[in-house]
Amino acid sequence: MNALTPSNGGCRTAPVLKERGQREVFCGLTGIIWLHRKMQDAFFLVVGSRTCAHLLQSAAGVMIFAEPRFGTAILEETDLAGMKDAQVEIDREVARLLERRPDIRQLFLVGSCPSEVIKIDLAKAAERLSQIHAPHVRVLNYSGSGIETTFTEGEDACLACMVPVLKSTAARELLVVGALPDVVEDQMLSLLADMGIGPVRLLPARRIDDTTAVGPNTVFALVQPFLGETHAALERRGARYLPAPFPFGDEGTTAWLRAIATEFGVSEETFDAVTAAPRARARKAIAQAAEVLRGKSVFFFPDSQLEIPLARFLTRECGMTAIEVGSPYIHDTLHGPDLDLLPAGPQISEGQDVDKQLDRARAARPDLTICGLGLANPLEAEGLSTKWAIELVFTPVHFYEQAGDLAGLFSRPLRRKAVLHLEAAE
Amino acid sequence: MKLTVWTYEGPPHVGAMRVATAMKGLHYVLHAPQGDTYADLLFTMIERRNHRPPVSYTTFQARDLGADTATLFKKSCQDAVDRFQPEAIIVGASCTAELIQDDPAGLSETMGLTIPVIPLELPSYSRKENFGADETFYQIVKALAKPKDRTARVTCNILGPTALGFRARDDVEELTGLLSDLGVQVNVTAPLGATPSDIARLPAAHFNVLLSPETGEAAARWLEKTYGQPFTKIVPIGVGATRDFIAEVSDIIGKPVLIDESRLRLPWWSRSVDSTYLTGKRVFIFGDGTHVAAHARIARDEMGFEVVGLGCYNREMARPVRALAKSYGLEALITDDYLEVEAAIEALSPEMILGTQMERHIGKRLGIPCAVISAPVHVQDFPARYSPQVGFEGANVIFDTLIHPLVMGLEEHLLTMFRDDFEFHDDAGPSHHGGKATAKVEPVAEEVHAPQDDNIIWLADAEKELKKIPFFVRGKARRNTETYATQKGLHQISLDTLYEAKAHYAR
Repeated sequence: MNALTPSNGGCRTAPVLKERGQREVFCGLTGIIWLHRKMQDAFFLVVGSRTCAHLLQSAAGVMIFAEPRFGTAILEETDLAGMKDAQVEIDREVARLLERRPDIRQLFLVGSCPSEVIKIDLAKAAERLSQIHAPHVRVLNYSGSGIETTFTEGEDACLACMVPVLKSTAARELLVVGALPDVVEDQMLSLLADMGIGPVRLLPARRIDDTTAVGPNTVFALVQPFLGETHAALERRGARYLPAPFPFGDEGTTAWLRAIATEFGVSEETFDAVTAAPRARARKAIAQAAEVLRGKSVFFFPDSQLEIPLARFLTRECGMTAIEVGSPYIHDTLHGPDLDLLPAGPQISEGQDVDKQLDRARAARPDLTICGLGLANPLEAEGLSTKWAIELVFTPVHFYEQAGDLAGLFSRPLRRKAVLHLEAAE
Repeated sequence: MKLTVWTYEGPPHVGAMRVATAMKGLHYVLHAPQGDTYADLLFTMIERRNHRPPVSYTTFQARDLGADTATLFKKSCQDAVDRFQPEAIIVGASCTAELIQDDPAGLSETMGLTIPVIPLELPSYSRKENFGADETFYQIVKALAKPKDRTARVTCNILGPTALGFRARDDVEELTGLLSDLGVQVNVTAPLGATPSDIARLPAAHFNVLLSPETGEAAARWLEKTYGQPFTKIVPIGVGATRDFIAEVSDIIGKPVLIDESRLRLPWWSRSVDSTYLTGKRVFIFGDGTHVAAHARIARDEMGFEVVGLGCYNREMARPVRALAKSYGLEALITDDYLEVEAAIEALSPEMILGTQMERHIGKRLGIPCAVISAPVHVQDFPARYSPQVGFEGANVIFDTLIHPLVMGLEEHLLTMFRDDFEFHDDAGPSHHGGKATAKVEPVAEEVHAPQDDNIIWLADAEKELKKIPFFVRGKARRNTETYATQKGLHQISLDTLYEAKAHYAR
């Protein structure tokens, strides 16, 4: 990795501005929006309030009316007053649900802020329901509450709760962790297969019957930078982590694949033969978008924990300058390799006090601001160009073939600004 | 517990946000965990507002719960006052904060703030968004309204329009113009666009126009009781309602009014021969109580449709909507469960739905056209063009809205005449929607088709004939034929049964 170290040093040891205050972020329930599409036999039952249900339908932006595989068991006053036994209520709702949806093989009971505050024991419920509905349905639980999780940490909590129930194996296998769009996952599997690496196990698998297992000879790679708890849970099962920059852009994808190739003894010739063509395509595609981005400044508000790897991509491969890189949480083991590569200069910040951060962004007047949906239009109205961060989570952006699309997500707001001529012709 | 997939209304604190965001110079300090900030995007994305909602969230986390969330609340309150310098603040709790019982009202009282602090009690586990907006507006009016002499000229206030309201922006403009034509000036419109000091001078108006009962009725009633301001009971949506509203205003101000109706086009558009095809179209109406009531009258009396079902999702309007349904010979559907609404629509198989974005999706699934007439709103419900619902221009807009999803008159006949045409067939959909014309798929012949009813079987020739009937009336034909067969005690439907039923139901 030394060859890639920036000449002015990286950001790994840079001082981090830690703030707390109002956070303009989603809670972990939001992850359900993509997880329920990824796991095709899973249903996510949130035990929460009307707010939780409203969040899920608002965050989805458009409603997914193809009978979504998620729902909210809304707590009512009788539940709070202890007039009804929450466990009995959950049993009834789950029985009704599973009767209506026989295609469901795994059910996640998802804790929310209210269910955590009134301490509804969802672990107990999951255990009991697993016994009732075994072997057809497996019931697990995790918390996606805002008091414990930020946006993408919901996926982390979900995957972490699956780790203890994964089958044990002594096989030396690669486990790739993190939800990817199917098309991207297939590209990744084909790259690894071409290098002779396999079988590759996936977490989450598309269906419960798949053969994902873990043990002391498992090595695992993460495709998402927000999987800290899952990382810890897998290490507790004896698996070993392969640290690497995350597979965004040409450089990130190559470094990520190289970490795996090195672990599995793939020769340099094979590696080059497999990666040369897609690398060239990625570079070409990035170059087109980079024409617009080169020399421009970028400011990241904290959102998904993708900020550090994406700042690395934008500065190194698209010629941008980072002013501030905010992340909800920084996890040195996971984010360290990307921080090593991110050229020194930007303010690295963790957590958020949104009004103070907005003051900094207004003072810096970046060419492009990456922020949440609540901030984007107000900042545009102040004349700043923005890219809403949630699109980075909902769009296929990993690996070589998507590198150009990823750069395009950032260049489009700037291109749009350039093509609109709304003032009088004079 | 109640399993919910989609909701018509958000929690009550979102209603409070709709009031706060509509106003200027007011700030909302909301005791809430991280994540509740999602509600900001309703305003910045769906409504395309260019400012953040004036809401500070305390953003407590799990680790704060054992410590001191009360101090966190007070700090957020002080920071908000210092930074935004509002004329007044409203304080309250979201669903989670309600559980930890920090008492935002009591805490803010002890802070010695020099501006008015209005505490909100919004029960998150029993009430919903419309209640939250109505209650918040009422508390603001109650706290800030001051005795004032009536204005010299006749004036009124417009009460009820909020942020995220269905066409509230244009309704206020249209209504202001209509009132001006009647010689009535608007003293204050609230909450939309009002400041706390505007609220203080509400009592200067001679009467109130209640534009949105869902979000303004409690305040209107209080102003009537406290300051003797009568308020209008008719929401002027539709031609008849607008004329009745004008008469109501004339009564209140105690003098006759003359109104220029030259811009009103709906009556002629409806009478012109091209509209004959609208006659008796079976429509199902669902939304908030106010818009449903208005559209029931428009549908029947001004468009010539047949209303086959109606209902509302806001329980607060259950009583008037039930009475209304009864007067149409129907039973109202009062529910906030979209699955129930879907089942009702499926059973009635109307030719068109007048509904919300939820019904639009239901219609899409069932292949029934839908016009959106009520909140909950979507980014599409904030058009760039001027498109009010109230007044005469509102009636014009509604006429266009209601016919747009339908297959046009002559096209309907052509579809009936040439129903076997390979490109001009049912699955192609209304031609003015520009969708890609799809080639007709020839059905695979089967001997006997699955029974639609418990003990009625469609014979193959009858089923084939049924498929030749255009899609927008096929549901009705199928249901009528089955009803006819049941009445006649038939268990099989033949080609003859189909045409006997057609003759039986002929109008």
